[in-house]
Amino acid sequence: MESEQGPVPAPEYILHLYITGATPNSSRAVRNIKDICERYLTGRYELVIVDIYQQPEMAQQAQIVAAPTLVKKSPGLMRWLVGDLSDRRRVLTLLGLSPDPDDPHAHA
Amino acid sequence: MPDSNSTSARVSLTTLPKVPTGIEGLDEITEGGLPKGRPTLVCGSAGCGKTLMGIEFLVRGIEQHNEPGVLLAFEETVEELAANVASLGFDLPQLQQDKMLRIDHIHVDRSEIEETGEYDLEGLFIRLGYAIDTIGAKRVVLDTIESLFSGFPNEAVLRSEIRRLFRWLKDKGVTTIITAERGEGSLTRQGLEEYVSDCVILLDNRVIDQITTRRLRIVKYRGSTHGTNEYPYIITAAGISVVPVTSLRLEHTVSNDIISTGVPGLDDMFTRRGLYRGTSTLITGTAGTAKTTLAVSFALEACRRGERCLFFAFEESPAQLIRNMLTVGIDLEPYVKQGLLFIEASRPTLNGLEQHLVTVHKLVKDKQPGTIVVDPISNLISVGSISEVGAMLTRLIDYLKVQGITALFTALISGRNATQEMTEEGVSSLVDTWIHVRDLEGVGERNRGISILKARGMAHSNQVREFLVTSEGVQLLDVIIGPSGIVTGASRLAQTIQEQAHAMAAQQEAERRDRELERKRRVLEASISNLRTEFESVEEELRRVTEEDQHRQQALTQSRQQIARDFVSYQPQNPSDSPLNP
Repeated sequence: MESEQGPVPAPEYILHLYITGATPNSSRAVRNIKDICERYLTGRYELVIVDIYQQPEMAQQAQIVAAPTLVKKSPGLMRWLVGDLSDRRRVLTLLGLSPDPDDPHAHA
Repeated sequence: MPDSNSTSARVSLTTLPKVPTGIEGLDEITEGGLPKGRPTLVCGSAGCGKTLMGIEFLVRGIEQHNEPGVLLAFEETVEELAANVASLGFDLPQLQQDKMLRIDHIHVDRSEIEETGEYDLEGLFIRLGYAIDTIGAKRVVLDTIESLFSGFPNEAVLRSEIRRLFRWLKDKGVTTIITAERGEGSLTRQGLEEYVSDCVILLDNRVIDQITTRRLRIVKYRGSTHGTNEYPYIITAAGISVVPVTSLRLEHTVSNDIISTGVPGLDDMFTRRGLYRGTSTLITGTAGTAKTTLAVSFALEACRRGERCLFFAFEESPAQLIRNMLTVGIDLEPYVKQGLLFIEASRPTLNGLEQHLVTVHKLVKDKQPGTIVVDPISNLISVGSISEVGAMLTRLIDYLKVQGITALFTALISGRNATQEMTEEGVSSLVDTWIHVRDLEGVGERNRGISILKARGMAHSNQVREFLVTSEGVQLLDVIIGPSGIVTGASRLAQTIQEQAHAMAAQQEAERRDRELERKRRVLEASISNLRTEFESVEEELRRVTEEDQHRQQALTQSRQQIARDFVSYQPQNPSDSPLNP
């Protein structure tokens, strides 16, 4: 897994999103996480998107059962966030972020 | 999902293709195994051996049919599973290394999982599909998929996904076992039986009187007939063993050979001088009526014939049995050493009934005996209800009959209602020969009597024969009939003495008569000789008289001749005088 971000410093947020191709849920999840990262975590995150159709062995390694699943490796305890991440407030709470008043999704 | 290697669709129109599980006894009940390419639900409460059944299904598939398998474990990790079944001789790590087995532990923890929107269980599908495809698995076990319900709150999604999973497994053509926990009022906690409609096996774990009995039942098997009963099964050192089925059809072949009971006198009570080979015999009796001795005689006779004999002793240890039997002149040791006699001793309470049954089956399979003795079967009642024991004995007797093994059972009964007791257990209708030994209690003594209550296929004596356990084994005594029927024990002795006295008196009488006769003979002989002497003297007298007469006649003749000579010219003598001259 190569980092998409710069080498230094180590990113605060390490997020792995496991998706299943271009299914509606997966597409939504990708859109949602990208939006969250750009809006809340600029410059302090590492996001890896794994298509388990392409890399099925990764599913076992990461203990993926449901799809899509966002695995939050840090900060804090590992958490599996299952679903398309469209419950923005919940996702933010789980990531330890407070909703941005300008975020249209946070008040949906 | 694309169908990778489904060949099950077209095999035969008439019969459902089946996959042998390799689990002892299960394939007999299912008449061939689990439905090929379809899911089977195995449900049961905790400790039934669901996981074990799944693992054994996979391991036997690999060992016996070279069919790779996948285990999706939701509850235990790979290491835990490997450790748990290592004692059964299943080397999971090795099988994994050989690419015949894949174990994927699916970790589901509610505290680590958060729902954030819509999802499905595609991850599970992918993992399973990947595992199946990498080793070309034909068998899959999901243990226990219901764990998902504890991890994912959205039941609706889970249900539709599980339904889809089973469909998908069917399309993949893999034979699947899905284990599930038994629910209250339903087969499974989450109602999985709705989704798996092909074959449902129910495992049950009951504790009755502190003894656990495990039972297996096939609730349904679509498209196939199957045994419908509850079958006991046990978890042995070699895996699960379902107690083989009662042969429902009574089609066993029969033998016309006659074998001895080991007690010559007893043989003579049957018109054919023994028992048919391959039949079962029951010896009932109250305590201390030499049932074991009779049973051992039977076993010994089998060994003498050169047959192997299995002796199940539920009361004595082998050493004790051998020692005790020496006192009645039965030496078992040589046969034990020769390998003809196997004594399997255990307390009935050691195991549940089905465990005993399985032990019998196992030993029969291993040792291939010609004769089996169980001493006594009545002890088994302590570990099961009468109906259970009856069912077990039915199975056992049927099994032995099918195998053509001659069987002898002893049963301890209390008191007088032997017939009733044995009928309750239903044993009497199962056995072919029923011998009853009992106390013949008289005034101040007890004697043993033996009688035949029934003997299928041959006439038999109706007498109660007294027998003795001597230092030369069991000996039947001749029947002695006294004034009020057959007598035994002291009465027998009294009767014998009385008879001896009678005989002696009769002999003395006869001797006396002989002597009398002799005397008479002698008297007669004496008088005969008297008479003869008398006769002789008379004869003598007569002869003397005749001689004198002759002499006189002669003298007369001579004198006449003299006179004639003197007067020769006068006249010649008439010849008619000569008759006195011979």
